[in-house]
Order: sequence, then C-alpha cells, then structure tokens
Amino acid sequence: MTYLIRQARLLGEDPVDVRVEGETVAAVAPRLEADGARVIDAEGLVLLPGLVDLHTHLREPGREDAETVASGTAAAAAGGFTAVHAMANTNPVADTAGVVEQVWHLGRRAGHADVFPVGAVTVGLAGERLAELGAMADSAARVRVFSDDGMCVHDPVVMRRALEYVKAFDGVVAQHAQEPRLTEGAQMHEGVVSAQIGLPGWPAVAEEAIIARDVLLAEHVGSRLHVCHLSTAGSVEIVRWAKARGIDVTAEVTPHHLVLTDEEARGYDAVFKVNPPLRTQADVDAVRAGLADGTIDIVATDHAPHPVEDKDCEWVAAAFGMTGLETALSVVQAAMVDTGLLTWADVARVMSTTPARIGRVDHLHGRPVAVGEPANLTLVDPAARRTIDPAAQTTASPNSPFRGRELPGTVLATFLRGRPTHLDARLAEARA
Amino acid sequence: MRHLLSASDLDRDTAVRILDTATEMAATQGREIKKLPTLRGRTVVNLFFEDSTRTRISFETAAKRLSADVINFAAKGSSVSKGESLKDTALTLQAMGADAVVIRHHASGAPHLLASSGWLAGAVVNAGDGTHQHPTQALLDAFTLRRHLGGPDTAGHDLAGLRVVIVGDVLHSRVARSNVDLLSTLGAEVTLVAPPTLLPVGVSAWPCRVSYHLDEAIDAGPDAVMMLRVQRERMSAAGGGFFPSPLEYSRRYGLDARRLARLPSHALVMHPGPMNRGLEISAEAADSVRSVIVEQVANGVAVRMAVLYLLLAGGPKEENT
Repeated sequence: MTYLIRQARLLGEDPVDVRVEGETVAAVAPRLEADGARVIDAEGLVLLPGLVDLHTHLREPGREDAETVASGTAAAAAGGFTAVHAMANTNPVADTAGVVEQVWHLGRRAGHADVFPVGAVTVGLAGERLAELGAMADSAARVRVFSDDGMCVHDPVVMRRALEYVKAFDGVVAQHAQEPRLTEGAQMHEGVVSAQIGLPGWPAVAEEAIIARDVLLAEHVGSRLHVCHLSTAGSVEIVRWAKARGIDVTAEVTPHHLVLTDEEARGYDAVFKVNPPLRTQADVDAVRAGLADGTIDIVATDHAPHPVEDKDCEWVAAAFGMTGLETALSVVQAAMVDTGLLTWADVARVMSTTPARIGRVDHLHGRPVAVGEPANLTLVDPAARRTIDPAAQTTASPNSPFRGRELPGTVLATFLRGRPTHLDARLAEARA
Repeated sequence: MRHLLSASDLDRDTAVRILDTATEMAATQGREIKKLPTLRGRTVVNLFFEDSTRTRISFETAAKRLSADVINFAAKGSSVSKGESLKDTALTLQAMGADAVVIRHHASGAPHLLASSGWLAGAVVNAGDGTHQHPTQALLDAFTLRRHLGGPDTAGHDLAGLRVVIVGDVLHSRVARSNVDLLSTLGAEVTLVAPPTLLPVGVSAWPCRVSYHLDEAIDAGPDAVMMLRVQRERMSAAGGGFFPSPLEYSRRYGLDARRLARLPSHALVMHPGPMNRGLEISAEAADSVRSVIVEQVANGVAVRMAVLYLLLAGGPKEENT
C-alpha cells in the first residue's frame, strides 16, 4: 500500500508531504502528487518517528488477566509507539532464551508493534546469580537490555559482574534503583505527606544510594549503565555528575513522575501507588529540568497494567504501578512541550531516537524520517484535548492515574513499516 | 459531620460540640438507668480487622447505651492474605443495612476507602487505621484534659493555652497523629518527645514542637504528659532496630517516679493503653493520683456515644443524605 501524508509538520517544523511506499519512506518534499496513493490529510498534525518505549510491562506470560502481548502492543500503537521493550518480570521470569523467544514470537504474531524482550539479569529476579545473558543475547529475540526491574540488583558484586558480562554483546544493565533494606514495607515517598497519612515511607536516598554506587561501578569496569525511572532531584544531580565525569550512563523518567506528586496519595486511591513512588513538586521540577538539559536521556512509560481487584482495595494491599502507553505522549506534551522546555524534535529524541539507541535497535527504529528509511511514523494532533477514560483505552487494565483528567494531544495514526497499526476514525474518513 | 475519619477533619467548633455532647452523655452515665432511647432501631456494626478488645467494647457499650442494635464483625485476615476483600465485606454490611460502621483496620486509609468508595451508604467511624488516625482516642483525651484542667464550666470551651507532652513511638502511633491534630485545633500546645528514630521524616510540618529529651519537656512544666505504648519488638533487628534496648528506652523516655515527682502538682498522667509497665511508664506513675488512665477509659464511652449520636441523630438531615 502507498500512502501520501499531506502537509504534516515534520518534527513540529514546516509542513511537508511524505510518501510511504511498501515498508519505506519513498519521498519527502514540500509538495508531492497523490499519484494513486491513499492521501492522509495531516494539516496541523505533527509527524514524529515511531515512538520507542524502553520500559513496558506486557505481563505475558503469567498475568494475561492484566495484559497480553497482543493487548499491550495494541495499546502501544494507539499511543504512537512502534516498538516496546517488554520487561522480564513475567511468570515464568524472562531469564532464559526460551521465554524471551516466546515473548518475541507473540509480538511478531500480534504485529501491532515490534517487541524487544528485556532479559532478567539474575535467575528468577532473585538477585543471586546471573541468568544466561549470553543465551538470551544470541537468541532470536536478540536481547540487549537486561533488567531485574521490579527488583533491584542490590548485591554490589552481582551488579559488577552483570555490568562486566554484558560488554561481550554490547548489552546494557537497566537498573531498578531501590535499596531493599531502606524500603522494606515502603508504600509511598517518605516525607511530609507520608508522615501525615501514616504510610511507610520510601526514602529518596534508597534510590540515590544505588544510582551513586552503580555509576561508580560502571566507571570502574568501563561498562554501560541505564537507570530506570529516575524519580528524585538527588538522582538527577548524581547522573549529571556522572555524565560530566564521562561515565557511560543513561537515564529515563516516566511520564507520571513529570506531572504527579505524593499529594495524590492523600485520598488513599491506590491508582496512585507506583514504584518508585510519586515524589514532591521539587522532584518533579528537577526531573523536568533534567530531561530538558539532557541529563535524563529518555522518557519511558513503565506501563504497568493491573486488573481492577489489585487496585480497588486498601493502599497497602494494592499492587504498584500504572498504565502509561496511551497517555505518555500527551503527558510529555503537557509537561515539556506546552511549557516550552522541549521542542517536538526533542520529543522525537527522548521518545524515539535515544531509546532505540540505548536498546540497540537503532538500525530499525528511531530513524530519521527520510527517503529510504523504514516508515515507522507517528502522527499527533497537538491541538486536540481529550479526557482520559480508562474504559475507552486499548490496554486491558484500567489503572490510569489520569482517569478523568484532560490532557492535550491525540495520536491519530501510527505506521509500523508502512502499515497503519493505529488509524483514528477522523483520518480514515478524510482519506475516503 | 457525615463520617469521622480523621481528627484533622474536625474544626474547632465541631470538636467542641462533640466534647459538649460527650459531657451531656457522661452526665447520664451516673444514673441508675444508663440507657437512652436515642438510636433505637439503628444498627451499628463494629468491623474489626485487628484485635482490640478495649476499643471494641467501648464502642459496643456506647452504641448499646444509646439503644442501637450492635453487630460485632471480627473480620480476620485481609485482602493481603486473600481473605474476603474490604469491598465485599462493605457490600455485605450495606446489604444488611448498617447505619454506621465502626472500623478498626491495620491498613492506613481503610476507613477513608470505605467512606469514599460508594460501597456503603452509612456513616463510617475510624476506630484506628494502621499508623494513621484514631480520632475517638484523641477526642477522649481532649475530653479528659478539658474536664480536669478546663475550669468549673467547660461547656463551649476549647483547650487554649494548655501544654501537653506526648512521649514515645510517634512514628507508629495513630494516637499521636490524632492528638497532635485535635489538640492543636483546640488551642493546646503540643510537644512530641521521642528518640529521633521513632519520629517520622516530615514531622517538622506538624503543628507541634519536637524534642528528643523528656527531662527538658518535664522541666518546662507541662499540664499533661501522655505516654505512648512502645512495642518491645521495635528494638529487635527484625522489628527495625529503633532503639538499643528496653532498658535504655525507659532510662531516657520512661515516666518513672523521679520524673513524676518533677511534674507540676496539677499535671495529668495519661496513657491510651494497654500499658507496658516498666517500659514507657513505671507502676508509680501509672497508679499515682495524677494518673487519669482509668478515667480515660470511662470517658471513651461518653465520647463515642457523642460521636454516634451526632453522626446518626444529631446533625441537620441534609448532611446525612
């Protein structure tokens, strides 16, 4: 199929016509003839390279009641993503070549977005001995990102070994930074709000201490470190220091940590229970500044679907996590673009180009929108406003913290190698 | 007042109204026939997810003295241990027609969830949730303070100018949180005394003073000293290692005979119970003439009668819809 995307603002700049033939971008010019192509009127829309999520929980195998590879990748497409990295904390854990290949195959079969499985660092996420990282790297899934996400690789020797070992196949260890002893029973950010509402605190230092240790370990062994869902002002400072020192570290922030604070916990609505927890306004300001100045490299969703019953209960009994694939771009627009902190070109960098590079899938994704490149594209209407209704979302779980809130921006189309994986009815009609 | 979830929800006038009502209730409790017909035909459920015989009996007595039907629901287990969920328990109580649910729960916020979820139509009374709040305990403490230190005619009065010291495990104490909120709303000056390990990060935002030294707080001549229960297991490594030993704790933070003697003659000794004699409070202090600990229990019934009365029979009708 051939498409002509007419008058889209490429990376938010001047309008261009983009011709997509088969799987690739065939032409980019101020004006192109339709020439038999299906025309998509994209006037006023922003055209981005397909988004890449480095941190997604697809829950399959094991928790298909919360999400499947098919439903999660469909949600990804609806949110403008053409690739997701599926975290390893499934049941069974993705700590063998067999499990990562299963997830990879499920992704291929669903076809909504490319699924790049993340391999567990340690067997069973137990933090004790390395999983067969090489086997996962060499498998059909071609794993390059390794993470015990949900758990921290807290033992410094195990972390050192993992950092060293993945150098053999240009892998990266993505650390969920959480000192376990400092966070036993922790429920929310430790501070003024936790003191008042009587929930056990998750102190910022439990994240910062691990990040500080890990950047020093990465420097010592000359390896590559990625910091998952950095959430505190102190963490931003440590990563900034490490980068200035030349340490090969990258960091991500979630959309929710860009806009929500621990004040949300006051109503004890467990939809706001997440790990790492929502922090203070000072932390929100710091992670925004860090993302704006490049200290934080990327935005990653940490999309963590949970069924109703895991959230509709006492806060301490509820599961950690919130969905994010279908709101991420809107939240980034609200927090960063509409505030003047990032341009759309910057959004393409932090949500597509750089995550693809960190995940070592930059030969497939996060490519420039240029002739001969794979047609992985996202069209967003930045002028639209929408009220978030979890029931109307594609993800199988309802735990969106933005339920009932109005957010800017709507993804109207997502193309994966020239094929629409998401096409809003408005564009589909205009085409006819 | 629709529910009673937190002492911080009470403004001065509402709190004084509860205390005044409790005074009237207490007056009826000296009579030979203690029972009032006020809540005849109404159903109060005591929903206790935690063992607390004394609090449950206090609420049960209060409801029965007002002629309400009382159902005691000891809900052992929780959704953590895959027992019945709080939601299903609430829906069950709703189906049974509970006019008020008195809930004690180990999870902070559980009463808030019951009141805001739409699962229940009745009034929710927090009888202690996790490490969050225990508002009727604070009300009975305020009632006790006002009765002893508030002059001959207490009706309509708050606790302005009273100085109250609260000592012990503030970190894990819903009694401390509730009392800081309520006593400060009523105009009292509250000082918390604890080892730094047993104070929450964030305590500086509370409307009170904080000290690490009990002797200094006693030498400042407070009007009342409230000792909090300290669990012995808090000192073990598994319990968090909050202090080195019970002996060191009682040496530094226990109310013993020596400290008791240094208190002003009018000062009250209070404790929410149950006491660890020999740990946070010595027998001399617990049994002294200044101790109002047993009276606190009696006042608890009057205060809980007042709360149930105001929630179920007292307020303007539109507030109860």
